[in-house]
Amino acid sequence: MSFKRFWAVFVCRNREFLRDRSTMTWNLLFPVSLIAGFAVAFSGPGLALYKVGMLSTVDGGSGNDFFQTRYIQFIPVADLPTALPKVERHQLDMLVDPAGRRYWINEESPKGYVLERILRGAGAQTDFNKQTVSGRVIRYVDWVAPGILAMNMMFSCLFGVGYVIVRYRKNGMLKRLKATPLTPLEFLSAQVASRLWLILATTALVFAGTDGLIGFPMHGSYLDLFTVFLVGAISLISLGLIVAARTTSEEVAAGLLNALSWPMTFLSGVWFSLEGVHPVLQQCAQLAPLTHIIEAARAVMIDGVGLAAISGHLLALTAMSIGFMAVGAWLFRWE
Amino acid sequence: MTVLLEARHLIKHFRGVQAVNGIDLALPAGRCFGLLGPNGAGKTTTVELLEGIQEPTSGTIRYRGEPLGPRFRQDIGIMFQSTALQDYVTGRENLRMFGSFYHRTLPLAELSEACALGEFLDRDTRKLSGGQRQRLLLAIALVNDPELIFLDEPTTGLDPQARRNFWELIHQIKGRGKTILLTTHYMEEAYHLCDEIAIMDHGRIIAQGAPRELLAAHFDDVVLQLPLADFPNPAPPLSLTVLRGRDTVEIFTANVDAAIQELRARDISLARLQIRPRTLEDLFLELTGRELRA
Repeated sequence: MSFKRFWAVFVCRNREFLRDRSTMTWNLLFPVSLIAGFAVAFSGPGLALYKVGMLSTVDGGSGNDFFQTRYIQFIPVADLPTALPKVERHQLDMLVDPAGRRYWINEESPKGYVLERILRGAGAQTDFNKQTVSGRVIRYVDWVAPGILAMNMMFSCLFGVGYVIVRYRKNGMLKRLKATPLTPLEFLSAQVASRLWLILATTALVFAGTDGLIGFPMHGSYLDLFTVFLVGAISLISLGLIVAARTTSEEVAAGLLNALSWPMTFLSGVWFSLEGVHPVLQQCAQLAPLTHIIEAARAVMIDGVGLAAISGHLLALTAMSIGFMAVGAWLFRWE
Repeated sequence: MTVLLEARHLIKHFRGVQAVNGIDLALPAGRCFGLLGPNGAGKTTTVELLEGIQEPTSGTIRYRGEPLGPRFRQDIGIMFQSTALQDYVTGRENLRMFGSFYHRTLPLAELSEACALGEFLDRDTRKLSGGQRQRLLLAIALVNDPELIFLDEPTTGLDPQARRNFWELIHQIKGRGKTILLTTHYMEEAYHLCDEIAIMDHGRIIAQGAPRELLAAHFDDVVLQLPLADFPNPAPPLSLTVLRGRDTVEIFTANVDAAIQELRARDISLARLQIRPRTLEDLFLELTGRELRA
């Protein structure tokens, strides 16, 4: 292993990335815009969970507390013929005619079912005593932000290494390098190192930019969060190396990378909690590095835990990195 | 003369296809050796075996009497027919990167002067013309002051002027005592640059020697060329060998005076007659029955 050769490739790769302004801009602006968009979309007193069409206004004497229920959005509708199709197509969860004391729901709609239960039970007496929970107020955007940061990192790691190496192979760059004293280890480690610091730097910039824009809760240590992203990025880059090891077509590489990244996006809890998801899917999600990165990042940012509490995630990511790197190095071919 | 690179009984199979079929080659130091052949002849595979890019199915390759190893990598320079360079990186930065791979490197100023890079050395490689790109790739191949240089169809795609300029660069490299293995489609290029050529077909070398010696060994005639429009149709009976092409008629003869007399006797206009010597293109056609770029 020659540090001189490693450094030469590392520097050249950095130049290529940093001078590609369109890619740089996309890497920085996309996640910031996404998180800011969520902040705007989900800001305010609370997101309405249900949409109910109202055929007439409710007078004070309607006598039903249903119409004062929070998190239900009551939307005036013009007439029955235009409103009913909206119920059929799940655009409205329920249609109510307070004057006629009638309501319509779609029998196939789970939300319609719940609304019917609320409507019929609203104001009813119960022998259950109400208890309240207290704690930190967590907005949806606070919860989703670590996921989006990690997801952005995942795409950057997978495509930034996997796709680039395949492109080098396809255009003959790797063949040219093979004809020099440069070894695969020197080349691959330079690619990994270059992508790693660039991703950590851009993630830090995105974090700072978004934090400045909407304000994050950060109850843990920044060093711990950096550790999570460092270990996580290494595991994702290593996964990208497997795809890049032999693939010669950019189209195939893009397909493989999409096949890896999109299931991870949906199964790793970026957008919604995995609570209540089928146990098999929950177990599958544990095989994805993104799951561990997101859970560890949320634990640090939202719960303020230390490294000991997330050591399981860090160990899992380290084990995956070693496994992915070993397979990637074993499979790697210049051509 | 010292043999720098030697291949014996070289064979390469690809999934049932025998690309290289028992080649023996010896590259003497300080000479320019040309490897010619049409697409599919096994030329590129042979060169890649000699470069160490591919492993032979069987046979041996030795550099200075030893199997190819780290010293070989340090001592060679390669210019592939088409090599992409990293985007957003200048020629100077590319040269620095490649230079850092080797123990010994030529000063950047010397390389720049030798390959005439001055005007575009600090330009993004995406913005180079075809000729500039080839000159930069040649400079990269020379960055380690190599003993042995592989040039794989270096002038393909260049305009005639750029090609001539490139030949001049290769002459200069030869003048510094470097050994060159050149593959090309252009017979004129091989004739101008190579001290020795080998013609390949179907994975074998079918002729080898100095270009003039090969031509002398195979031909003792010249070619008279007439525009097709000046030649009667149907052709009159002639004792000469006549080849009718798309635009020209070629007449092969060892006795030009007698041939001209016979053509005059048939009232064929000789106003646009041209006489040319036999070329490597003719030799290849004679040996393989195929055109070089078929």
